[in-house]
Amino acid sequence: MTFLNKSRFHHPQLAPNALGLTRRDYEGAISTLCAGCGHDSISAAIIQACFELDLPPHRIAKLSGIGCSSKTPTYFLGAAHGFNSVHGRMPSVLTGANLANRDLVYLGVSGDGDSASIGLGQFAHSIRRGVNMTYIVENNGVYGLTKGQFSATSDKGSKAKKGTINTDEPIDMVAMALQLGATFVGRSFSGDKAQLVPLIKAALRHPGAAFIDCISPCVAFNNHEGSTKSFDFVRAHNEAVNRLDVILGRDHIEAEYEPGTAIEVTQHDGTVLRLRKLAEEHDPTDRVSAMNHLQERKAAGEIVTGLIFVDPEPEELHDHLGTIAGPLNALGDADLCPGAAALEKVNAALR
Amino acid sequence: MALTATNDFVVKFANVNGSGSASANQLFAKSILRMGIPIASRNIFPSNIQGLPTWFEVRVSGAGHLGRRGGVDLMVAMNPQTWDRDVAEIEPGGYLFYDSTRPIPQSRFRQDITVIGVPLTAMCNEAYDDPRQRQLFKNIIYVGALSALLDMDPEAPAQLIREQFRAKEKLIQPNLDALKMGRDWAMANLSCPLGLTLARMDAVGDRIFTDGNSAAALGAVYGGATVCAWYPITPSTSLAEGYERYARKFRTNPDGTKRYAIVQAEDELASIGMVIGAGWNGARAFTATSGPGISLMGEFVGLAYFAEIPAVIFDVQRAGPSTGMPTRTQQSDVLAAAYASHGDTKHVVLLPEDPHECFIMGADAFDLADRLQTPIFVLLDLDIGMNDWLCEPFHWDDARRMDRGKVMTAEELEEGKTFGRYLDVDGDGIPFRTWPGTHPTKGSFFTRGTSRDRYARYTEEGAAYVDNMQRLLRKFDTAKQIVPRPVETHAKQPTPLGVIFYGSTSAAMREALEALEADGIHLDALRVRAFPFHDDVLDFVRRHERVFLVEQNRDAQLRTLVVNEGEIDPSRIVPVLHYDGTPITARFIRAAIADRASATNVIPLSRMGAAE
Repeated sequence: MTFLNKSRFHHPQLAPNALGLTRRDYEGAISTLCAGCGHDSISAAIIQACFELDLPPHRIAKLSGIGCSSKTPTYFLGAAHGFNSVHGRMPSVLTGANLANRDLVYLGVSGDGDSASIGLGQFAHSIRRGVNMTYIVENNGVYGLTKGQFSATSDKGSKAKKGTINTDEPIDMVAMALQLGATFVGRSFSGDKAQLVPLIKAALRHPGAAFIDCISPCVAFNNHEGSTKSFDFVRAHNEAVNRLDVILGRDHIEAEYEPGTAIEVTQHDGTVLRLRKLAEEHDPTDRVSAMNHLQERKAAGEIVTGLIFVDPEPEELHDHLGTIAGPLNALGDADLCPGAAALEKVNAALR
Repeated sequence: MALTATNDFVVKFANVNGSGSASANQLFAKSILRMGIPIASRNIFPSNIQGLPTWFEVRVSGAGHLGRRGGVDLMVAMNPQTWDRDVAEIEPGGYLFYDSTRPIPQSRFRQDITVIGVPLTAMCNEAYDDPRQRQLFKNIIYVGALSALLDMDPEAPAQLIREQFRAKEKLIQPNLDALKMGRDWAMANLSCPLGLTLARMDAVGDRIFTDGNSAAALGAVYGGATVCAWYPITPSTSLAEGYERYARKFRTNPDGTKRYAIVQAEDELASIGMVIGAGWNGARAFTATSGPGISLMGEFVGLAYFAEIPAVIFDVQRAGPSTGMPTRTQQSDVLAAAYASHGDTKHVVLLPEDPHECFIMGADAFDLADRLQTPIFVLLDLDIGMNDWLCEPFHWDDARRMDRGKVMTAEELEEGKTFGRYLDVDGDGIPFRTWPGTHPTKGSFFTRGTSRDRYARYTEEGAAYVDNMQRLLRKFDTAKQIVPRPVETHAKQPTPLGVIFYGSTSAAMREALEALEADGIHLDALRVRAFPFHDDVLDFVRRHERVFLVEQNRDAQLRTLVVNEGEIDPSRIVPVLHYDGTPITARFIRAAIADRASATNVIPLSRMGAAE
């Protein structure tokens, strides 16, 4: 197979966003993943989030590694440049791209095989450097393209399609991201679009390292009885810590909530994140509280989802490096080359 | 019979790592340069920070020979730990300079050398109370004593001290005093000068004295590099640090913001990944590494080759493998660089001969990377990278502009110019690219290794794959025409013999050619400066009956490349190989070639030269 042409026709009444673009303008090529794959729901959520945020699609750079998840950037934001890089190495390629031009929006898409095994190091270091990006792991606990091996996020005791029981401890990337200093950490479920879309929107507007672990059942190899990453299991154990509304600066804030039932976090660009609390003891702006809550609920057998932690005043890599405000790739000869006279001085100092 | 020579001898300093000797030795070396006398200096050091032995070798050569000579005429033995081997290394008739504070038994000396004892420790203990001062000034005192023994112009080191401490003025006088203390003691107590003397001349000219790593880093600044991602590895570390130093100096805005970005990555894989990401996004980016790093970067380098992303990789070669001899020099990454990665890959490799050329190629590499949209390797080695070399000063033409290659702009896209990311519109194999974010609706594409057609649309069709691979070969052919051409020097008379060499072998090779000519062995010489090979290289081999290929590795790697890429009969190229981790010498080359050139019998091809 080569590629499938996708029709550009759309319903004449399809509503445009502030840029005059329709949802259709945020789509990509036709997905070649299995019918019902959780990853396609995540692609749809990314499309919805970018459309609702009025992001110009071509100002987004989408990068991925290798695997089912890493194929998905072809299926959304067709007007954006994409880079299908090397297994587990998306974070370094994204970091380099971000160094070159800090003005684009960087979206890294990876999987649990890509990020929790071969790419665990690059995941960790990109988070601790504070690269300004939205890093989504489409987590299905299984290697799909190579047909059903356990991944490093498979839960201990989870059963493979062929019956093997996983005996290794799972890597919890949310816990790692919290520990590594991510300034935005969320977890969601591909089957809960109402939760996922606002989370992606908030992450895209977050000026720092934003990490989202999105559980995304593999309908082909990990959706059976005994799997802890199946639709049924995740639905039964999903414990949302909050409901998130992303309120853009231009929007009118309407609803009022009882004191103590909602908190509002204003991001640097004026975006308000309103979090309706569902878990009493969890404070999403307190890293230690978030880590404690995550571990407690995990011990109780629950999967904590929602916006688990957000730092309203994050720093990012360019702040640490002290680079200029504009993109480095726009600098010309006069900005970069010190010239012959300066070189003569260098020569003189070397004699 | 004591050795006598003026402006033509080798001094070696045996020191303890971390004792502060490096700056004193540097002072000694530069003082000779200030007298207009060419020198070549080399650090010989272990993989260690403090305590292990380290040596510094200065070859004084009025004739201007800058390669390592081999042998030692004057040993400055400051390390008791290596005393015996240091004493043994002195040429018959040579000189031994040592700290005579503590008596050393007669049996530890040699009868055929001149011994010069100076009670350095005693002098220091008397003059200074602070232990650190005693240690540091001891080094300056021996430079002072040597200045008297070698008839050095005392103003040369004094002037250097005044320049060095211009910003810390109160250090000037104590250093001058220490220098004078050593000199006065030698004048009063020893017969000065020795048989080895320095005599002012004018053979240095406007040349500069610097190391290849700093020069390459400066080249990267001039070449417009804005992103450096690296991982520390000897002997390349000082290249990244050099870039940071020069970039801070030349690319900091008045408000303190920087027109460059440096990231010390978590490993070499991340380093090259960042370089590729930055190159993809339109910044000029590079990494600096050594052989083990090249191995780690292999997968990514292949991706960059197929995805056609500009990148510059400085490889400062050392003896392999990872747990090998990181502080010893070799030219043993030639094949690893030229054919790096899996699948059918070939890369452009540049081969600078000295810091001057490190600067030129350090800048040119970025134009080549953008023009060819591919990774460019610049192969230095420890000898050029970490040692100071006397070389031509750097030059820059202010009219020069960066060649960003074929980048389609928003205006061109808007005008309706056809964009196919892998479409060969000009017949040179080089397609147009667009940077991310260029145009709202035109020119975006999805970057993959292969499995796409000329318009970057996904396909696994065999014909599209072959079409792409053929275009990449056309591009490599284009590269052949624009990489630095080889430099040929002709023998004084027509000869059927030729010699090919490259990189840091140059200095020793030039000296060897002079000596061989004096021996009556005439050779045309070709210095290769890049891969892919220009037709001139293969033509040179065809024009000569027998060609020697001198290189610093065991497996004759450049010879393999020439034979393979030029489809040349291997028996036409005789390898001359030096690979013990020390820099190649003229003496070695001369002996190896003289031996084989004069032999009329058939030369066995296997392991030639390996038995030295």
